This record gives sequence, structure tokens and C-alpha cells, in this order.
Amino acid sequence: MATATFRIWRGDANEGKFVDYETEVSEGMVVLDAVHKIQAEQANDLAVRWNCKAGKCGSCSAEVNGNPKLMCMTRLNEIPLDAPVTVEPMHAFPLIKDLVTDVSWNFEVKKKIKPFNPRPADADDGTWRMAQEDIDRVQEFRKCIECYLCQDVCHVLREHDLHDKFIGPRFFVYAAALEMHPLDTENRLEELKNTDGIGYCNITKCCTKVCPEHITITDNAIIPLKERVVDQFYDPIKKLFRIFRPKQ
Amino acid sequence: MVQYETHEYDVLVIGAGGAGLRAAIEASSAGVSVGLVCKSLLGKAHTVMAEGGVAAALANVDERDGWRVHFADTMRGGQYLNNWRMAELHAKEAPDRVRELEAWGALFDRTQDGRILQRNFGGHQYPRLAHVGDRTGLEMIRVLQDHGIHQGVDVHMECTVISLLKDDGRVVGAFGYEREKGRFKIFSAKAVVLATGGVGKAFKITSNSWEYTGDGHSLAYHAGAELIDMEFVQFHPTGMVWPPSVRGILVTEGVRGEGGILTNSEGDRFMFDHIPELYQNQTSDDPEEGWRYTQGDRDARRPPELLTRDHVARCIVREVQEGRGSPHGGVFLDISWISEKISNAEEHIRRKLPSMYHQFMQLADIDITKEPMEVGPTTHYVMGGIRVDADSQMTSVPGLFAGGECGAGLHGANRLGGNSLSDLLVFGKRAGEYAAQFAKENGVGKVNEAEIEAVASEALKPFDNADGENPFQIQYDLQDMMQDLVGIARSDDGLHNAGEEIHKLVQRADQAGVGGNREYNPGWHTALDLEHMLTISEAIALAALERKASIGAHSRDDYPEKEEPGAGKYNTVVRKNADGEMEVSREPIPELREDLQDVIEEMG
Repeated sequence: MATATFRIWRGDANEGKFVDYETEVSEGMVVLDAVHKIQAEQANDLAVRWNCKAGKCGSCSAEVNGNPKLMCMTRLNEIPLDAPVTVEPMHAFPLIKDLVTDVSWNFEVKKKIKPFNPRPADADDGTWRMAQEDIDRVQEFRKCIECYLCQDVCHVLREHDLHDKFIGPRFFVYAAALEMHPLDTENRLEELKNTDGIGYCNITKCCTKVCPEHITITDNAIIPLKERVVDQFYDPIKKLFRIFRPKQ
Repeated sequence: MVQYETHEYDVLVIGAGGAGLRAAIEASSAGVSVGLVCKSLLGKAHTVMAEGGVAAALANVDERDGWRVHFADTMRGGQYLNNWRMAELHAKEAPDRVRELEAWGALFDRTQDGRILQRNFGGHQYPRLAHVGDRTGLEMIRVLQDHGIHQGVDVHMECTVISLLKDDGRVVGAFGYEREKGRFKIFSAKAVVLATGGVGKAFKITSNSWEYTGDGHSLAYHAGAELIDMEFVQFHPTGMVWPPSVRGILVTEGVRGEGGILTNSEGDRFMFDHIPELYQNQTSDDPEEGWRYTQGDRDARRPPELLTRDHVARCIVREVQEGRGSPHGGVFLDISWISEKISNAEEHIRRKLPSMYHQFMQLADIDITKEPMEVGPTTHYVMGGIRVDADSQMTSVPGLFAGGECGAGLHGANRLGGNSLSDLLVFGKRAGEYAAQFAKENGVGKVNEAEIEAVASEALKPFDNADGENPFQIQYDLQDMMQDLVGIARSDDGLHNAGEEIHKLVQRADQAGVGGNREYNPGWHTALDLEHMLTISEAIALAALERKASIGAHSRDDYPEKEEPGAGKYNTVVRKNADGEMEVSREPIPELREDLQDVIEEMG
């Protein structure tokens, strides 16, 4: 049986290094299979998050040969095995141990976004009517499995570390899903502009490229939100309008 | 002296899949303080993998549907071994629970007139499954999560409960550990809700994730609660079989609901070969009529591919055993053939079954719009579980509740697809509601220090034994053994062997050792999981030995008849006896209420 070498990051918040593990590989294997095999046979305490192993839960995010990936959906036949395969944790979040990072910041961010607030029901039985074509675009956003690979690759978070000023692509998608939900009545534009930092995004589309659910994050979520923000706060006619007739 | 931190709640919910989240939301809305503990990050629990939909008689697509039909379908699917009161509550309350999700932001697929769309599924007489493509579970868990985080629930992520704590016959809290640092946490609670899901990880081929190690079943059993009908483990007929690394991953029943057909190596639609008596009136013997059914013809009868899961799984095993299987030991599931029937088949398949398209393309290099899939049975769900009161979901231990997959009764001998997502909503809510009520009526219990010391020292034992056996190896051996001896075909000999093997594995688990430290250590976690897995494996094998008949999901090679002569309808009940040993008994199922009997007869 063929073997391959996996160069896996081992360590915690204080120190760490790459360690090479050689293991057998077989047809159809994904990176997560190899990591599990190494964990079971050579390194019982190798920390890795995973759940569904079918690309549906978004737990096993890591960087494989430098590319942000779900380990469960990365086939070994897609990567060269004649050189060691590097597997390391996401860089945009603090390391807990080995391949596991502290993603709790994301959960805190989500809590701060105004929740869904529907209009009164359309029918007497308390239900609503919505056309499929009106929800198609929101359903695209709701495919998100919260793997945070888009957060990992976004330079505003990854290089500039602006976690306190910028909510990242995942939460622009989340906000867009709420803003474009046909039943929702909240307005989140002021927060998007002032505290969520949508202006920091310079639409390089790195997030869209790595999304395992193929959500067109930049074009369908972020740009329309930017347009709405511009429309509400920077439209010169509306600005005049606001000066002369301030909000009640 | 063991170190730990303490948290106090009125209600502690263990598990944050659909049932746990729904319970936590309900308990919190009743005005009590709620703690929610989950093994993974929030939103990653197994509910996320549910594909086809949530069953509720909304009657949006076919107005002939209603709670009576749903009730009768559920009972028939469960071979009438169901807890009929639970089946009644479930059928009546599921529509409200689904509509409630819409009020919290869920976006189900729509009908032409803008209401929630419903699709056909095995064993459901009318199109009944509200769905979002084939990612319904993701939509549901996300809605419950995003609603739940604003309800004042205190969430403990990546925290695993090792033992329940009791005082004076009542549950008073739980002992857990958080993964990041490996520190112990003591939860003091007036009421505890178990919502820990299933047991699939005890088997080698399964659609279940690492979390499904039967924790709730085992915690409840060791706390003195009863487990019923543990022999009923559902083997979903369609799991992936190739390549080896993806074996067991689920292929949604929605493929068949959309017109997918099952064929063997000779190209025959073998599901037509045998249609069970209970379903003869409802099932078509004509392929053309079956196709019309999947396309919404209200007068057509269902194709046999949409018979119940237990039956379809057995037929697949038969085809493989008799040499008519696919190259990798399954059969063929083909949706691409519908291009003969509709012009935009490729686009239609990608829109209706996006995850399946993606899954096969990425993991198996198969384009399902052009070629058939290879599928075979995979361990998917446990119908049996913790015995609960139908209305309140309280177990036989005061203060201990259970909801969702780990609670038992609704599904009888076999669960219908779609009835699990509705189960977790209906009974998750009820468990939360009654747990909150219990908490209001009862004071804080007393957590016993000696019990904490004992649990802690047992939990740390694998570290004292660094040269002990690798816990992963013990787990693999258990999974192999359960697959072979307690899997889809069972016998007296095999089950006796399984009992002996489990006792050997218990000895080995006791000697398991782990290296490294307590911080995020999967080896240690696996060693701790073993006790739960071995407990529920023993319960399944013991219950399977007790039921000497082949009914629903439980198949005995040595007892092919559906009922034992003279045995009547009964539940198997597993409990811990006074000597600490596991024992099994039979208890007759209470007689069906007359008006419900009438409903069943009326529905034919």
C-alpha cells in the first residue's frame, strides 16, 4: 500500500512545531482520514475538530498546503503526495492545540447582530406567504455551514487583526440573510457602517474563493450591503433631506 | 481533593442538537435559568446532517392530510409497537412546531401560492415533509441556534458530561469536563434534560458522527432509568459504499422521493419483487404509476422504493447476498434516469438535491445527474432509548427528562423518514416545558462530594496507565464486533457471542491508557466514551436476544416470523438490577385508546 507524509502542526498557544507522520493511504481518502489514522495509530492526543465528515457541519477547517479547506472534503488525489502534505490550524484565530483554534469570537459577534424580527403574519392562522423567487437569494446565504474559512482568509482579520472593528465575511452573509429576508423588519445598516466595519472590505473576493458551499459572498452579500449603506448614508439628496428633516 | 468549577441552573440541558436547543428555548421562556452543554461547538450537532425534511401534516400540498393520517402512518411504520400517546401528540403538534420555526426565521421551500412546500417520503401517505432542498437539518439547527442565543441560555461548548449526580433518588446535576483545558465542571440543577441523540458510533458502518456514542442512554441507565426497545436500531437503506473512506455517509431518501429507483446488477427494479402485506393497498406494482406518484399525481400509489426503511434495507441485503449486488457490495440508486421523463433533468436534480450532487461529485467522482450511485445500508438511528412519560418526557428518575433520539416510544419498531426532525421539535419542547415546571416545584438538590471524587478519579484513570491499551483500538474492535454480530441480521448464537465479547471489551477498556495531558486530548475523550458505548452495546445485544422475532428494524435469522406465538405486543425493558447487573424483561404495551384504534381502522 502507498504511503504519504503529513507534516502536521503540533503545539499550543505558547509553542509548537511541524511534526512529520508517515501513514498508509488508500483510494478515496480525504485529509481528515489521514489525520484520524495518524491520531489512532501514532498520536492519540493529536487535537482535531470534526463532526459529520460529509461537508455539512463545518467543523474540520484547516490549512492544507497553505489552502483553507475542510479536511473532510479534500481528497488526497487532489494534492501531490510526493512531498509532505502540510496541515496546520486556521491562522486568523488563537490556537488552542494542534489543529484546533479558539473560534469563540465568532459566536460573540453573531450575538451582537440584531435578531430576526418578522412582520405580522399574513394569514389568520399565523402563517406567511412568500414566493420561492423572493427567497432564493436568502437561501443561498443560509447554506453557510459556519466553517469560518472565509474569516480565516480575510486579510482584514488575518493580517490586520481588526477583530474588534470588523465582523468578517461570515457575518456579512448572516446580516445579508436577515436584511434580505422577505419577512424581516429590522434595519441593520447603521451597525454595518459604524461598528461592523463593512467599509474595511475592499472586495478582493478571497472569501468567495474558499467557501466550500460556493456562496458568492462578495457579489451577492457584501456588495449589496455596501450599496445599501451608501444609499442610506452617503446619497447626497437623501443627506440633504436628513439635514432639513431630522429623524423624529 | 479534586479541582472543579461549579455552575448552578434551574434546568440543565445536555446536548445541543435540535431537541436540546428546542428544550432550552422552551425552558428559558418559562422563566427559569438554563444551562446548555454540548460536546461540540454550537450548531455542529447531528441535526445538521438531516437532509430530507421535517414531517408535519400541514396539508399545504394535499389537503387530505391531517394529524389522523400522520398518526396512522407513524403507527403502521412502527409495526404498532409505538407509544401511541406519543404518536398522537407528535402528529397533532408537529404542524405548530414547524410554523413556529418560520416565525423564528426559517425559510422552507415554497409552494406556488407561497406556503411551505412538502415532499413525499417513505411510509408517508401524502407529501408531508417540509424541507429546504436536501439541507433541512442545517436550516433547522441554525434557526434554533440563532433564536436560542437571544433567549438568555448559558451555553457550555465542547463540554462532555461523564456522569449524572443524584441525591435521595432524584437527579441533582451532572459532572462534566471541558475539552480545551480538560478541567472538570460540576453542574447543579433542579432538573436535567437529556438530548444526546443516538448510538450509531457503536457500529462500524454508520452515518453518525463521533458524538453518537449513546451518552444519554448510558447516563440515564446508570442513574437508574429504564431503556426500552433497544434492539430497534435503524439501518438506513442508502448509505454510500464507495470509496471505502466514505462508506456509511448518508444518501437522502429524498433521492427516491424525487423519483430515484433502486436496481440490481441485472438492471431489475428488485423492490417490486416483494411488497409487505401491511402496505399492499398503498403501493404500486406499476413503474409508470410509481413515477406519477413522485411527480405529485394524487391518484397514484407510491413506488416500492418508498416503502419503509427497514424493508428497503432488507431487500438490498437480499440482493447483495444472492449475488446481484453492485461492484462494491451495494445496489444502484439511479436518479439520472428521469432525463427520459423531463427535459431539464440535470438542472432539476441539482436544484432538488444539491448536497447529494456535491457529495458524490466531490467524494466519489460520480455525477448523479448522469450515472447511478452505489448504495447500501448504514447504521442511522435508534428507535429504542430512554423510557419517558409521553406527555412530560420525564424518565422513571424524578427530575430527569429525555427528548429527541435518546428518548424512546414514538417510532416503535421502525421510524419513518422525516419523523425525527418533528420528534425533536415536539418532544424537545415538551421536555423543556416540563423540566422547567419540575424546577419550579422542587428545590435545589444536594450534590454529594464523595460522588464527585469517585467520578473524577475514575475519569483520570487512563492517565495513570500510560502504557495501557490504545482506546481507539478498543473502539474499533467494538465497532467491528457490533457490525458483525448485532447488525442487520442477528441470531441467538451471534448475540450470545456479542455478550461475551462485550465483557472482554469492558475488561480491556478498564485497562485503557492515554499519553499527553488533559488539554484537548482525543485519546482521553475516546477512553471516556468507551463506557457509554459498551453500556449501550450491551443493552442492544441483550434486548435483541430477548425479542425472538423479526419485526421492523430487528431481524433475526433464526426467528423469521414477525411475532412470537402467544407473546402479544410488548416492549423490551433494560434496567440495572440491585446487584448492578444489566437485566432485560418484557412489558406488555398498554391497550390502544379506542378513538385512536378507530383512527387506525379508518385509515386502512
